[in-house]
Amino acid sequence: MLVNQFLILAALLFSLGVYGVLVRRNAVMVLLAIELMLNAVNINLIAFESLLQTELAVGQVFSIFVITVAAAEVGIGLAIVLMIFRNRRSANVDDFNLMRL
Amino acid sequence: MNLGEWISQPVNWVFALLALASAYSGVRVVTSQNVIRAALFLVGALASAAGLFLLLSAEFVALTLVLIYIGAVIVLFLFGIMITRAPLGRDIDLDHKRRAPAAIVSAVLFAVLSWASIRAFTGREVGGVGDATDTGLIGEALLGRFVVPFEVVSFLLLAALIGGITIARKDLSPAEEEARETV
Repeated sequence: MLVNQFLILAALLFSLGVYGVLVRRNAVMVLLAIELMLNAVNINLIAFESLLQTELAVGQVFSIFVITVAAAEVGIGLAIVLMIFRNRRSANVDDFNLMRL
Repeated sequence: MNLGEWISQPVNWVFALLALASAYSGVRVVTSQNVIRAALFLVGALASAAGLFLLLSAEFVALTLVLIYIGAVIVLFLFGIMITRAPLGRDIDLDHKRRAPAAIVSAVLFAVLSWASIRAFTGREVGGVGDATDTGLIGEALLGRFVVPFEVVSFLLLAALIGGITIARKDLSPAEEEARETV
């Protein structure tokens, strides 16, 4: 297997995630798109680990770190969305303009 | 390596299948007009990513992905969708009106990323396909060379746990707090 096939698939998934973040209006949907991007990064890390065959499996260890941090990020992100929903009765990112001048 | 050679390897068929499933699910995650369906398509994208990890002989990471993402994170997302009462069913207003700029940005990003990887890695093949990574090795790396980041990440998880509870719980007014204490 070529390494490029994995890299290009990951690039495709990452670009889809960027599209989702830019185009979605619901905050939960934006978080879903962020998960897609993080997952693309994981694919890259594992593919490079397979290419380089490092002694300590560094790529796999790092993707485990990425998965863990992503789990923490989802927890905090959803808590923030929930709090904003409670205060503003909306989960639409266009309504979150409190800090706009 | 030309296309005929590429197709002649059965492992590439599995890759093509997983890549198609992954790309289709990814597209549906960002375009689906139904929020629950988008979350469930994320399960598909993550499951095919786990399949890719198995293909690259990263069993431990694949199973971690299934356990944490499909087992826990998706459930959390479904909770979030239900609690914020996101319009279940079809909703036209889920996306912005102007999609073209976002589509252009992501298409350019994809072009740049794939151009860079084609330029840098043409002809390089992944190694170690078929021999599993020793999970013990990952454990030793985590508690040996990477013990400091490991501890930092565990502390981060604890902080996220406490922070999530603190942010999401309902604040009681002082009178309500008093009423609760007397009960």
